[in-house]
Amino acid sequence: MDWLQQLINGISLGSIYALIALGYTMVYGIIKLINFAHGDVFMVGAFIGFYAITGWGLSFLPALIISMAVCAVFGVLIERIAYKRLRNATRIAALITAIGMSLLIEYLMIYIRGAQPEAYPADVLPNKAINLFGAQINSQSLFILLTSIILMIILQFIVHRTKMGKAMRAVSLDMDAARLMGINVDRTISFTFAIGSALAGAAGVVYGAYYTKIEPLMGVIPGLKAFVAAVLGGIGSIPGAMVGGIILGSVESLVSAAGFSLWRDAAAFIILILILIFKPSGIFGKNTREKV
Amino acid sequence: MKKSKPFWAFVILAAIVYGVVQFFIGSGLLNQYYSNLIITISINIILAVSLHLVIGITGQFSIGHAGFLAVGAYISAIATMKFDLPFILAIVIGGIVAALTGLIVGIPTLRLRGDYLAIATLGFAEIIRIVLFNIDYVGGAAGMQVSHLTTWTITFVCLFITVLVIANFTNSRHGRACIAVRENEIAADAMGINTTYYKVLAFAIGSFFAGIAGGLFSHNFYILQPGNFGFLKSFDILIFVVLGGLGSLTGSVISAILLTLVSTFLAQYPETRMIIYSLVLVIVMLYRPQGLMGTREITDLFKWKPAKGGN
Repeated sequence: MDWLQQLINGISLGSIYALIALGYTMVYGIIKLINFAHGDVFMVGAFIGFYAITGWGLSFLPALIISMAVCAVFGVLIERIAYKRLRNATRIAALITAIGMSLLIEYLMIYIRGAQPEAYPADVLPNKAINLFGAQINSQSLFILLTSIILMIILQFIVHRTKMGKAMRAVSLDMDAARLMGINVDRTISFTFAIGSALAGAAGVVYGAYYTKIEPLMGVIPGLKAFVAAVLGGIGSIPGAMVGGIILGSVESLVSAAGFSLWRDAAAFIILILILIFKPSGIFGKNTREKV
Repeated sequence: MKKSKPFWAFVILAAIVYGVVQFFIGSGLLNQYYSNLIITISINIILAVSLHLVIGITGQFSIGHAGFLAVGAYISAIATMKFDLPFILAIVIGGIVAALTGLIVGIPTLRLRGDYLAIATLGFAEIIRIVLFNIDYVGGAAGMQVSHLTTWTITFVCLFITVLVIANFTNSRHGRACIAVRENEIAADAMGINTTYYKVLAFAIGSFFAGIAGGLFSHNFYILQPGNFGFLKSFDILIFVVLGGLGSLTGSVISAILLTLVSTFLAQYPETRMIIYSLVLVIVMLYRPQGLMGTREITDLFKWKPAKGGN
């Protein structure tokens, strides 16, 4: 039953990707910007969680909440400093600014605290092996999955049941019309960044607790893969990001389990290329035609 | 006659630059460090100009240029080290294989636009790097031994041909078609331009010259590792083009020279270098999104009449 075990591991890895992908997809849905700095918000979240746990001796949950709060503020700061001026800029300018912000955060982090990695304490999450249909499943994977599912339910609630969520949906549908209806567009966009960044921060803490090792450049590859997950699910679609993340995580684990662990990173990009070629709108995306 | 004047000016300027540098290297006034720096600058100019064709002229946002550099570098290194071919032939083979890779990558991905294209090219560059990482024939992660064959003369000849071909391409019928694609793809299509053909063509030519730069790059060091061709390398090339001005050939040449000098002097402080790089990039994008030169060329300064837009 090795496969089942790998599948569960893949799903919990995928739920981390999904948490990051949600931020990408919400931001893309609302201002059509690939926020490359999102992977670095994830990294900052992992470090804040680390300092909260080792420095202040907090347990997992308070560390998670602190990290989410700080990341939310951080995300809004990034948006206010860099992206707000780009509302009417060309797509290339916006994309390059996002890449620039990403590198700036990474190397400022290295400049401030050095490039050396840190290790989360091993006992942050309960670590027991659970026997399920003959497969040994780590309780940590289940814990991660549970955390992600709870966060996603909260997100669904915010997006579909609150006034701010309604404003977010309205702005992503048509920014100008939303402004005419009296919605404060700038505040809504900042709020989107705050939620997306909080989820990335949570993903950072969960990632740190599960994989132990964190370092300033850790956000690059999970960030890119989360983007792949967002594209796979259909960028702009919230359920799409969740499903895309979980599919991607499962595929990666199965590729590793099949003995090609060195090719694991390639698998994500091959999925990306295939999806872009055959169904660029993703699993849940809508087809849009370009108008003149 | 009117058109050949800038051409001869360019040839004379190139001959002077070559002669002066060759004199300094030959007479020993420039030591190994500086002559190596000049070769690095020339390689970076080739890279910048080749990406300029893809991004600046055709408007296709590729952020995986290091992938083609890697293909050229590895293929030419295999040609010289494993098959004992002459260096010049190896460079050309590297360029051709990189162009073929560009075709294979370009035909499916160039149907995508804007952000999606950028991500797809990034994905392809990562796949190329991971493939090189996993092939034992070229040394895998440990790298491959390459002998030092790059000289100033060969580098200069490659640089000269690259700039000449791309400048002439830009001013030709095909170049104007590419600019039309950049300005408005749908309108270009309506004017009867085969947009896919021109996008793939520009992409393949850009990849070819990136492959040429790869051949020079790999034989300028003693060891070749897949780690040299990561996202940061693509980003380095991208910033030359963006900072110089999207659509300005001389702009990308100037920024390649300046940034190579800056990064060489900051080589001992890699973090500071990256912070400065990224800050410059963000600030330029926020306050001067068209880059330092915009779409103008420095040669416009020597013309009697100011060039009217849309050159």
